[in-house]
This record gives sequence, C-alpha cells and structure tokens, in this order.
Amino acid sequence: MELKDFKFDSTLTPTDQHMLREIADMIGTPDGAFNIRKNGEGVVKSSTDNIEIRQKADKPGIDIIIKPFTVAEKVHIPVIITDSGVQETVYNDFYIGEGANVEIVAGCGIHNCGDGDSKHDGIHSFHIGKNAIVKYVEKHYGDGDGNGKRIMNPTTVVNMDEGSYCEMDMVQIKGVDSTYRKTEANLADNAKIYVLERLMTHGKQEAKTDMVVNLNGEGSSAQIISRTVGKDDSVQVFYPNAVGNNACHAHVQCDSIIMDNAKISSIPAISANHPDAQVIHEAAIGKINSDQLIKLETFGMSEEEAEDIIIQGFLK
Amino acid sequence: MLELKNLSFTVENEDGSGSLDIIEGLDLTIPDGKFVVITGPNGGGKSTLAKLIMGIEQPTGGQILYNGTDITNMSITDRAKLGIGYAFQQPPRFKGLTVRSLLSLAAGKELPEDECCSYLTRVGLCSMDYLNREVDNSLSGGEVKRIEIATLMARHLDLAIYDEPEAGIDLWSFAMLVDTFKKLAKNDTNSVIIISHQERIMQLADEIIVLANGKVQSQGPKDEIFPKLLTEFGSFSNECTLRGEGK
Ligand SMILES: Nc1ncnc2c1ncn2[C@@H]1O[C@H](COP(=O)(O)OP(=O)(O)OP(=O)(O)O)[C@@H](O)[C@H]1O
Ligand SMILES: [Mg+2]
Repeated sequence: MELKDFKFDSTLTPTDQHMLREIADMIGTPDGAFNIRKNGEGVVKSSTDNIEIRQKADKPGIDIIIKPFTVAEKVHIPVIITDSGVQETVYNDFYIGEGANVEIVAGCGIHNCGDGDSKHDGIHSFHIGKNAIVKYVEKHYGDGDGNGKRIMNPTTVVNMDEGSYCEMDMVQIKGVDSTYRKTEANLADNAKIYVLERLMTHGKQEAKTDMVVNLNGEGSSAQIISRTVGKDDSVQVFYPNAVGNNACHAHVQCDSIIMDNAKISSIPAISANHPDAQVIHEAAIGKINSDQLIKLETFGMSEEEAEDIIIQGFLK
Repeated sequence: MLELKNLSFTVENEDGSGSLDIIEGLDLTIPDGKFVVITGPNGGGKSTLAKLIMGIEQPTGGQILYNGTDITNMSITDRAKLGIGYAFQQPPRFKGLTVRSLLSLAAGKELPEDECCSYLTRVGLCSMDYLNREVDNSLSGGEVKRIEIATLMARHLDLAIYDEPEAGIDLWSFAMLVDTFKKLAKNDTNSVIIISHQERIMQLADEIIVLANGKVQSQGPKDEIFPKLLTEFGSFSNECTLRGEGK
C-alpha cells in the first residue's frame, strides 16, 4: 500500500493509529477511497472518481459504490471502538460494477479498557457485478485490559453475478472475546469464490461460524479454507455448508489445532441438488504434530517457542 | 566426547504382557572429531539410540555423558544448546514455513540468502527453486530429506547425528551428499554420527558400529569392520555393486 504523509484527523489518537495498523495495515492516510469509523460514527471519509462512499440516510453505515471497469483501486473501511461500552450495528453495502477489479480492506478493532461490553455487529452485503474481481480482507482485533468484553458479530452476504471472482481473507487472531460470524454466498454461472478464514481463540473466548455457499450457477466454484487454533478454555464451533444447485465444484477444508482445554466442533454439511455437482468436505482437528515440536526443539527452541512458530505457520 | 554407560531402553507391551528391550545395556564412547557410521539390521535400535542421545526418548536405565556432563535428564532444547543435533529418518513437514525460514530457525538467526543457498547446494538442491517454497506436502520425500540434512549443516554442531541421510535420495544427489560428508569427515573437531546402510558412506567412516537387537554386535576402525561386513553379506546395498571388489 502506498502511503501519503500523516494527514490524520486530530481525533485519531496513538491508540487509534495502533488499531488501524493492526486491522488494516494503515499507517497514515491510505491512497484511494476510505472511511474510518470510530466509536459509532464516521470520522474521515474520502471518495475517488471511481469509488463513491456514501453515508446511509436511514441507518448507520455506508454504501460503497464502485463504477464498472474500475481497475486496481483500493478501498479501506476500518472500524475502531476505543470507548468502553460502545455497542453498534452497522450496515455496509458494496456495489461493485461490472468488470471492476478492486481490493477492499475492512477490519474492526476494539480497545476496551473499561467495564462495559463493546460490540460491533457489521452487516455487510456485496453485490459483485458480472466478471468483476474483488479481493476482500478483513481483520478482527481486540486489546485493552478492562473487564468489558470485546464482541464482534459480522454478517456477510455475497451475491456474485456471472463470471465474477471473489477472494475473502478473514482473520481473527487476537483479543476478540466473542464472535458469531455468519457468511452467505450466492454464486451465478461461472462465479468463483475463495474464502480463507483464520482464527485463533484463547482464554475463555467463544467463536461460532455459520457459512453457507449456494452454488446456483453452472460452472460456479467455491473453495473454503478454515484454519483455526483453539487455546486455553476457548470454544469454537463451525457450521460450513456448501450447496451445489448446478454443475459446480465446491471444496471445503477445515483444519484445527487444539491445545489446552479448548473445545472445537466442526459440523459440516454438504448437499448436491444437481447430478453434476461435486462437493467435497475435509475436516481435521488435532494436537500440534509432535514431530514438528520435537524438530524445532532440536534447534534449541523451548516448547512454547516451537508452538508459536508452528501456529504462526499454520495460520499464515 | 559422548559416553553412553549401560544405556537401556525398554518399552512395556501394549497389552501388559511384559516388556521389550530395544536398547540393552549399551556402552559406547564417541571421541571428539570422529566420523562414526552406525549400521545394522532394520529394527536393530539405531534410530532409538539417536533419539536417546538427542533426548527425544528417555532411557529406562544407564547414563549419557557429554563432555563429562551427565545429560541423561536434560531436555531436548538444552541438549540442542550444547551443540547436539539430529536429522530425522522421517523429517516432519511444516505448513506455512519456507525453506529459508526453516534454515534460519535451525541456525538460530536470520540467514543471508547466499548462506542458505550454500547449505542447499551441499545437499544437491538448486537453491533458487527452493528458498521460498514452503516445507509442506508439495515437496517430495527426497526433497524434504535433503532440506532436513541442510538444516543440520546450518547449525554447525559439535555432535551431528544423521539418520539414514541417503534414504530416498537419487543417485546424483547422493554423489553430492557423499562429497559433503567427505568434507565433514575431514573436519576433526566436530563429531559426526551417520546411521547408514550405504557402503559409500561407511567408507568415509573412522569407525563403524554394527547395532543389532539393541546391542553392539561389532565395533572398530573402518578398515577392520568394513571387510567383515563385505564377506558377511557380499554386497548389501542396492546401489553399489562393489565395483572392483570382486577382482
Ligand atoms: N516407543 C516404542 N514402542 C515400541 N516399540 C518401539 C518403540 N520405539 C522403537 N520400537 C521398536 O524398537 C525397534 C528398534 O527401532 P528403531 O527405529 O530404533 O530401529 P532402526 O535400527 O532405526 O531400524 P531401521 O533400519 O528400520 O530404521 C523396532 O523393532 C521398533 O519397532
Ligand atoms: Mg531407523
């Protein structure tokens, strides 16, 4: 990402800037369109010739309208909550025009030093035009030492027109106490979706994921990869569901590393409603491979150091 | 210097019907600067012995001394810090770790590209093709094996143990490997133990140890042991046809 000089609004404190770096790799004002939402309201917003960001009139959130055939542009729409006790539901709608090729960097960071629970429920809907290509990156992060919880419940609906391609990279590595993620994708003819979900839970965190991919179009395909690590007393539950309604390919792969007293359930569903639908699911939950641990220990690493290296690689 | 004193490793049978001696009261001394080849039948206890030395398995009896210090109860990590290393017979793969980062982790510091390349070259890998590849399932068995050997080279160990480094390696890379080990054998400060069934590797040895049924069956200078093995087995390697030996 190319960066201009610091031109941040004076409302962005060092904590804010740290959060923005964590969730959106943002250091300073990004190039291209962006919208930064902080503690329940938009604080900086910038559109470009091809990408318009419009405040919603009827409810919290924005519309992001990307003109057809917009190529190689980026949109950053991070959300940060730094006041304890902020609870919000935000609606973001993305309209991506035919033949566009764009990258969208979302992300949410909650810094909670107080006693009130902070919660961000992001309701995202994507309308991806014919042959458009979208790369969507979303990072969830929490910190702060208050007793208040950091909660994020993202709902994402992706409607994909003919021949479109969508790559979604969703990460939640640290500090989110509770998350319930719902994702739905609807694919028209020859649409392709690639989803990579990476998650690490620790402490008493809970994470639940529902994902439905409806492969409605002929030649549509989906690849869903979920990699997760559960530590301490955390709990993870996954319900991935791939539905083949036409001649299509879907591959769902869930791999989890379980540690300490964590609990992980992976409850996959695959359905085929067409004779040429090919839907595959693979899932595995297991401890860290002991040979890998031992190998790294023979390099002089402690067990903890070795575990960290293996987890980092696994979640890369 | 490595000294094994009355070293034993016994496992209980799963069904509780008794126990199995895998290493039985082994006494062995490996002086500094020696290049030792351990050979012997499958299941003879060679890998188990290597794991006992590295601390991966705990002996059920006896002692391991390293440079005079009792390391019998020392962790793998601490033995590694003393300069002991072990290249696995079946090395694990690492999702998400590149060859370059694995070599750097082995070396304990970020390695410059040219240094990584030199280790890979020594095991017959064209480094540019591999440096940024992940050590995952996309690598072939022989490739993983050679990367494993390279990681040991990157550690500059005082005592390096290679477990059947030749296994699964093609003839061309094998020739390269023999060359590499030949150079290691010339170095007379560090000790190298190679577990091997290959006569071309045995020929590099200062000393050969034959391990069978968890015991040392014979042990001595290469010139003494090697001819005995030849008469016992004729040729016991697939690859070498004892060219010139039969004349
Ligand atoms: N933890 C264990 N539990 C039960 N049996 C074991 C255990 N570890 C090793 N063994 C047995 O001990 C014997 C020696 O195994 P080891 O792997 O040391 O043999 P090796 O000499 O390295 O053989 P190879 O040449 O095939 O590599 C084998 O019969 C093996 O099955
Ligand atoms: Mg073995």
